[in-house]
Amino acid sequence: MAEDVKEESVTSNDESDLAASDGSLNNTLRRSSVAVMSQKVLTVISILTRVVMLGQMLTEGSCLLRRMEISVAEAEKRSGKNAVSIQETYTVYLVETRPMDAIAEGHNPPPDSLWRRYSEFELLRNYLIVTYPYIVVPPLPEKRAEFVWHKLSADNMDPDFVERRRIGLENFLLRVASHPVLSNNEMLYHFLTKEHGWKEMVYETGFQAKADSRLRALSATFRVRSPHKRLVEMKHYSDGLQSHTSQLLRARTRVADRLYAVYKVHGNYGRVFSEWSAIEKEMGDGLQSAGHHMDAYAASVDDILEEEEHYADQLKEYLSYAEAVRAVCRKHELSQFELEMASQDLISKKQQREELATGIVRTFSLKGMTNKLFGQEAPEQRDAKLNLLEELIAEGEETVKEKTAECDEHAEKAWADIVRFKDQKDKDLQEALINYALMQISMCKKGIQVWSNAKECFLKM
Amino acid sequence: MSVGAPRGLASSGQKLITEILHPLSAAEEPLSPGPDVTISAEKDKEPGLTNGTPVEISSPASASVLLSRLQLDGDPEADAHDPFGSGEPRDLFVTVDDPKKHVSTMETYITYRVSTKTTRIEFDLPEYSVRRRYQDFDWLRIKLEDSQPTHLVPPLPEKFVMKGVVDRFSEEFVGTRMKALDKFLKRVADHPVLSFNPHLNAFLTAKDLNKRQGLALLTKVGESVKNVAGGYKLRARPVEFCAMGEYLDTFSQKLGTIDRIAQRILREQSEYLTELREYGTVYSTWAGSEEQLQRPLEGVAGCVTTSCGALEDLSDNMSQDFLPVLREYILYIESMKNVLRKRDQVQAEYEGRLEAAVLRKQEDRTPIPVEVEKCQDKVECFNADLKADWERWQRNKRQDFKQLLTGMADKNISYYEKSQAAWESLITLLQEKQTEDKTSETN
Repeated sequence: MAEDVKEESVTSNDESDLAASDGSLNNTLRRSSVAVMSQKVLTVISILTRVVMLGQMLTEGSCLLRRMEISVAEAEKRSGKNAVSIQETYTVYLVETRPMDAIAEGHNPPPDSLWRRYSEFELLRNYLIVTYPYIVVPPLPEKRAEFVWHKLSADNMDPDFVERRRIGLENFLLRVASHPVLSNNEMLYHFLTKEHGWKEMVYETGFQAKADSRLRALSATFRVRSPHKRLVEMKHYSDGLQSHTSQLLRARTRVADRLYAVYKVHGNYGRVFSEWSAIEKEMGDGLQSAGHHMDAYAASVDDILEEEEHYADQLKEYLSYAEAVRAVCRKHELSQFELEMASQDLISKKQQREELATGIVRTFSLKGMTNKLFGQEAPEQRDAKLNLLEELIAEGEETVKEKTAECDEHAEKAWADIVRFKDQKDKDLQEALINYALMQISMCKKGIQVWSNAKECFLKM
Repeated sequence: MSVGAPRGLASSGQKLITEILHPLSAAEEPLSPGPDVTISAEKDKEPGLTNGTPVEISSPASASVLLSRLQLDGDPEADAHDPFGSGEPRDLFVTVDDPKKHVSTMETYITYRVSTKTTRIEFDLPEYSVRRRYQDFDWLRIKLEDSQPTHLVPPLPEKFVMKGVVDRFSEEFVGTRMKALDKFLKRVADHPVLSFNPHLNAFLTAKDLNKRQGLALLTKVGESVKNVAGGYKLRARPVEFCAMGEYLDTFSQKLGTIDRIAQRILREQSEYLTELREYGTVYSTWAGSEEQLQRPLEGVAGCVTTSCGALEDLSDNMSQDFLPVLREYILYIESMKNVLRKRDQVQAEYEGRLEAAVLRKQEDRTPIPVEVEKCQDKVECFNADLKADWERWQRNKRQDFKQLLTGMADKNISYYEKSQAAWESLITLLQEKQTEDKTSETN
């Protein structure tokens, strides 16, 4: 529906047309200065958000971010042959770092920098997820554009998308570098400082082997007998968070589509007022100028919706965060499950030992049956078996002890990080909502401005 | 007209239809005072109109209160350009209000109160109050057209409505129609010639309007016969009337386009509203599963709801006040084009007769008959009347559209203001909360 709206609307980009008519040159100038102003507002709001977030991050413990200034400064297109020798175009991002102490001393050293692709960020994140299974690892910006309202480009190469991705990647690095646990990771440090050979270094850690087995296990369904209450609650919460943020993102997309249509149709007033003014004497000027304001009104929606994308990005971050929380809970469940399996195994082995030692078969077992049918085995065989069992039981007890410790440690660390996450989430989302409200206010002010201008023109009719 | 036991509208549930404010009322948002806007002492209860006629909502004002209000009113611009007036103050004021439903065995219909205040000697009393129904207005209009064919008679709102499609007794429909009828009467009362028409006098004063419906029907037929008969071909239409015709054609076209655009906007706004409502509920639902974020999320949901309400008001206003006035003008233009056609006919008749008479004179020296001279007079009168009416119509059109478009701008501004206020109070709330949280953290 908005398709034909676009066709009908006046192409207000045609500056020459506007400049040609009397008294509208001022309007043209005013309009472009309004556009510049709104860009500034966009930048101001996104800067404010970052400043608040950075402030929050820096106050947390000792972390990399305190020692090093990190940013993802630029994005560039590259072409090259990929692993299977096919020519491809991709985007690289410039990661810049500067030592904090030098800055604090008032020097202004040039930053160290290196280029990274999105896939390298992904590799870093996967590595961190496997290495710290009980930590809610900050998410990356989306791989593909989702929840796109229809006029927005879903193309990964689109400059607006690339720009938003750059911001998202910087966000990711800042969050990781300010995390009390993650920021100490060596691979992270190398990611930021070692351009070549970093990937090989990461692979050499052998994390992928662990990754595969854990991932496979996670996708399997398993039942835990005595689940950790708080972590289960958290899992349910994360499901809710995921569902709410995705619902919100979908609804927002639909609203954006409709809002776009409403604004753009007003552009038609611009054209018809202009045509009408041609047949009027006294009313002509007023109508003509009013028409230009209607054009400006129609054009203003582009900036408004562009800015809202930043809000959508903040929601998307927490949509992904919900998934990360869920993963932590599930990983604990897996540990718990393995522990329960190990305990179960230990119990059955102990039972077997008892049976062997006393000859009494408490429960039905194939051994018991064969004993009855074919007679008991020779004492030497029985002893050998008993010894083996003792070994296995000793091992089993070790395993259970280890796994119990692991499980408890995991639960403790996970809970600590989840508490930290909850706090961060509340602050971030509250900030995001405030920003959204500011955007709405800005939209209202623009609307009032345009209609007041139009009213001035009408009064002069 | 006999007024049966008046009953309030049973169908409309909400507010009493008698409480409907006049569309051009400045009751809610005070317009910046211009020469065409009435400033009245009791701003919220007595809204005014461009031509200074006060709209009565509750009790009819006494003549003295009316006069005092008149002193504040004034349309100096219009008076200055008025070729007919010599700067005289207006002396005939009419109002249409107070719709009431009448149910009889035969039919159900609505009547409106028509109030008149005047100092003219043509009227026996200074004040009148009668009840009229749409049929009566229609009768008046036909009579005016017939008796003053050389003048532009303002249009009435559409007569026929599809019974299944439109609820003829809904508050909205009745309100819109009433405003249009009020406007019609005011325009007639304003007209220097039409306002002295005896039919108008009868309409405004007679207890029972003796309409003789049959005659009205005949008259309508007669009119169309008048248009068709003659069959004279027009030689040369004077330039000014050509220009008028062209202007009307283009203007009508543009108004049609504006109407379509406005309707399109209404449709899009309605869809936007639907999505916006849904959007608000998602925030509410989410709030239910949060602790710290509950208040902020509820707050956002609340602001969205407020914006929805404001948008609804805007849309309602556009469909009830903006569009009907636009359509009325389109009808006005149609009737004006009719008058132009009549003028052409009269001129053609004259030219035809003249030509015939001249030929006969050449043949047998018969003098030009008196009828031909009378025709010439007719043409000249028609042209003069039409030109004068055209000027006044152009002036009124300018005022009407200035008001209409300014009103549209105001309603849009009001919508954004309401929304902005809601979001701003939310920001205050959230920022207070943030400082609260920070202080509780440090403690």
